[in-house]
Amino acid sequence: MTFAVGDLFLILPELLVITAACIVLVLDPVLRPSDKDGLVWLSLGTLAICMGLTASQISAPVEAFSGLVVIDPYGAFWKLLLYFVTGLTILLSHSYLKEERLYFGEYYGFVLLALAGMMVMVSAADLLTIYLGTELMSLSLYVMAGLKRSEPRSLEASAKYFVLGAFSSGILLYGISLLYGATGSTRLPAIAAAISGRSLDDPLLLFATILLAVGFGFKLAVVPFHMWTPDVYEGAPTSVTAFMAVASKAASFGAFLRVFIEGLGGLKANWSAIFLLLCLATLVLGNVVALVQTNIKRMLAYSSIAHAGYALIGVVAAGRLANSSGIASVLLYLALYTFMTFGAFAIVAMLRKDGIEGNEIEDFTGLSKRHPVAALLMLIFMVSLAGIPPTAGFIGKFYVFMSAVEAGMTWLAVIALIFAAVSAYYYLRLVMVMYMREPSDVTDSAPQLVMSPALSIVLACAVAGVVIFGLYPNPLVQLAMQAVLTLK
Amino acid sequence: MTHSFPWLTALIVLPLIGAAAVFFVKDTSARLVALAVAVTDLLISLPLWWLFDASSGNMQFMESALWISSPPIHYRLGLDGISLPLVLMTTVLMPLCILISWHSIESRVQSFMAMLLIMEGAMIGVFLALDFVLFYIFWEAMLIPMYLLIGVWGGPNRLYAAIKFFLYTLAGSVLLLVAILVLYFQGGHTFDILQLSQGSYSKPLQFWLFLAFFAAFAVKVPMFPFHTWLPDAHVEAPTAGSVILASILLKMGTYGFVRFSLPMLPDASQAFTPLMVVLSIIAIIYGAYMALAQADLKKLIAYSSVSHMGFVTLGLFMFNIQGIEGAVMQMVNHGITTGGLFLCVGVIYERTHSRQIADNIGLTKPMPRYATFLVIFALSSLGLPGTNSFVGEFMVLIGTFLWSKVATAFASLGIILAAAYLLWMVQRVAFGVPAPHMLPKLRDVNLREMVALVPLVLLIFMIGLFPNPILTRMHPSVEKVIGRFLPPAVEQVSTVSQGLHNDAGFTSTEAEAKQP
Repeated sequence: MTFAVGDLFLILPELLVITAACIVLVLDPVLRPSDKDGLVWLSLGTLAICMGLTASQISAPVEAFSGLVVIDPYGAFWKLLLYFVTGLTILLSHSYLKEERLYFGEYYGFVLLALAGMMVMVSAADLLTIYLGTELMSLSLYVMAGLKRSEPRSLEASAKYFVLGAFSSGILLYGISLLYGATGSTRLPAIAAAISGRSLDDPLLLFATILLAVGFGFKLAVVPFHMWTPDVYEGAPTSVTAFMAVASKAASFGAFLRVFIEGLGGLKANWSAIFLLLCLATLVLGNVVALVQTNIKRMLAYSSIAHAGYALIGVVAAGRLANSSGIASVLLYLALYTFMTFGAFAIVAMLRKDGIEGNEIEDFTGLSKRHPVAALLMLIFMVSLAGIPPTAGFIGKFYVFMSAVEAGMTWLAVIALIFAAVSAYYYLRLVMVMYMREPSDVTDSAPQLVMSPALSIVLACAVAGVVIFGLYPNPLVQLAMQAVLTLK
Repeated sequence: MTHSFPWLTALIVLPLIGAAAVFFVKDTSARLVALAVAVTDLLISLPLWWLFDASSGNMQFMESALWISSPPIHYRLGLDGISLPLVLMTTVLMPLCILISWHSIESRVQSFMAMLLIMEGAMIGVFLALDFVLFYIFWEAMLIPMYLLIGVWGGPNRLYAAIKFFLYTLAGSVLLLVAILVLYFQGGHTFDILQLSQGSYSKPLQFWLFLAFFAAFAVKVPMFPFHTWLPDAHVEAPTAGSVILASILLKMGTYGFVRFSLPMLPDASQAFTPLMVVLSIIAIIYGAYMALAQADLKKLIAYSSVSHMGFVTLGLFMFNIQGIEGAVMQMVNHGITTGGLFLCVGVIYERTHSRQIADNIGLTKPMPRYATFLVIFALSSLGLPGTNSFVGEFMVLIGTFLWSKVATAFASLGIILAAAYLLWMVQRVAFGVPAPHMLPKLRDVNLREMVALVPLVLLIFMIGLFPNPILTRMHPSVEKVIGRFLPPAVEQVSTVSQGLHNDAGFTSTEAEAKQP
């Protein structure tokens, strides 16, 4: 294995993010509280630079560090999405953390470290490098989930997340080691080459595939590996929940797709059957259980589980299609999912006020009277999550279902659409609560809701994404289709 | 064919801009802005009536632009003889809806007007769209505004009615989306409605697609047994919502049948004809019977809608010129007449705050003008010769007669029952003896309400006495639809006409020759 200095330039965005994280961690104790906003600006500035760097790197795939890392349009697509989500998270946290009285400069450090892990995940072409990225992301998230130290729920969330996360990492490692045993390499192209001649029934490969599917299943929060999701999403600070629901899911999908398409592409027939089962279970359970939730964060947790199910439809289709439209639909779906889910969590964070738990669905009663703009935005996010045109959610579903029909699985599209109709019930229940119920006396005296400038930017970005990509998705569609072209 | 100015886009976009604009003015002027927008839209649409080339069955005023490149989805609009009357009906009714809500809506006026205008844009879009995905987007986009119209400004049981409406129609239309996608891959990788209407698909495929289309359109019409959302939604919706629901939204279902099911799936349509006829006749008779039993005016009209829409679906599946033209005619007529009836209920509800027949008795004395309107709309609804509905229903019955006399007999029963429930209603509401305590509340129809009602009365008689302008514009387009049935229908027409020849002594060609 040779080390070329030039390779460092290829991973410059990752290095920058890690450097910024270290600077934030170091500066935090020495800065006066009034100066700590500077850390926010530092983080945002780093993201902006990285965004420019990654955008300029979109070209033919280049391998670095003897093929441990690959810089390609596919990775760039995810990275750009992750920068965007991280930027939104930092902005959202800025006002939310004050509301929660959480003044930790480390927070931003951990956000950046998690981002660095995610970036490694989506650009690694080696199973162990991917594992490294996964762990860096997860460890940062464990800490962030437990940040509300005074609140038992937050600690519970952190502990639960840690135990189950460590467990799933173990399974993932076990799968990697079996695959190494079977193929003699941890590099995805080498694995693919070793597999190409083997029979699909090879028990070792089959077992390794299943273990990898389970390991990633935990990270993606698909049924039946979803148990941790509602508790963690509910207990963690809302800004962290939003980050987990969107960024961690996107990065996991990024790594997961690369492993299964580039590395295990020869076993398509096997894994698409596994994911078909997971997909059906996720769609059914995620949507049905979301129906009975009374806590908005739990409801959104189940909704995010269900959305992973819709994205899995694209994965299943990709396993049966010769072209790349299935994978492109997954990329598109997650990119669009980002806007609406993040927007919804941002509104939840906004409702969090002194003494008032803004986390129950009932707390949204009469929001349209108390804060018409917030109610309207939430309405748009809910409609989009339900997949009703002309919003981004519809476009995402459209492409996923299209790939399913193209793969000859019309029945899967029918089932998924029926459950999309079911999901409309719980999304609209929130609309009903906001618009059709009068605020009671208790909420009348509720403190005035304010949209801080940072929060306004977050919401404006989210709603712009939902509306613009709902009306004119073409640029994003093209981007997703180009991103998967180099994925073999 | 392309015109310099995109008139059709203007028709859709103007209300949407208006919907945004009302938020920038005060509540009181929101009404004026909304009215101005709706009237402007009407003024834009009216010239289309005369510019429309009645001799052509092709799409006119076409606009097309690539919207999404892969898969190729176009922003493509066009107007033909079937959509023209429906678009005009929409643009005529919307200003009236705004007028009638002038005082009855006091809370969140801006949002209410915005919802009405969004609905208008989406509904016109449905009738104009020539790309299947675009159509679906408009089709679904109106769900949320309608849901809010019912749920926010509706009656006491509005939450239940709103979610029921929403879930019913959404569940129906999700299958439509799958059907659209399947058609894309089977029909040459295009979403172009015109191109898809030219293709021929295998019979099993047509069978499944027909069922999927049916799920979406039958719920919207609504056909028996998918009609149960309708009475709830109608009763709870505010007056303008009821008018939009009854007059325009229901037509989208039948429009779907005539625009998609018939031309794209001719074999399946013919195979399903017996089922469609039976469901239509059940709807006609069952709807009428239910209407007889109602004590609530809105419910009565809601069930009468089920019955009248039965005539439309019956006519569509006759595959002859009389049946389909009668059906399209009846779509417009039902829009005008039932819209008028709902406006009348709104007028009286504003005064007595009750929709119960028992609370609104004997209005002729205190409200003579109102009673006149009510009687005219009721007579039109029951199909009195000289009014619009007579023309449509008569043509549908002729069309049905060519297919089956038994079916015609049953369908005619619906007309008799309609006379029964409507005249009985009129007898009580107009000519009963009023309760003395009600009298002070009963001011007669004022100028604003007159302006809302008179156009519909004029239309009733114009169409009733001179149906030809509509029929001539419709004729080439309907013939084009029927053309899809000709190759396999050659033998069928001959057997039908043979049967008729033996029984009734005239052939279908003779009957067609009588058409204008």
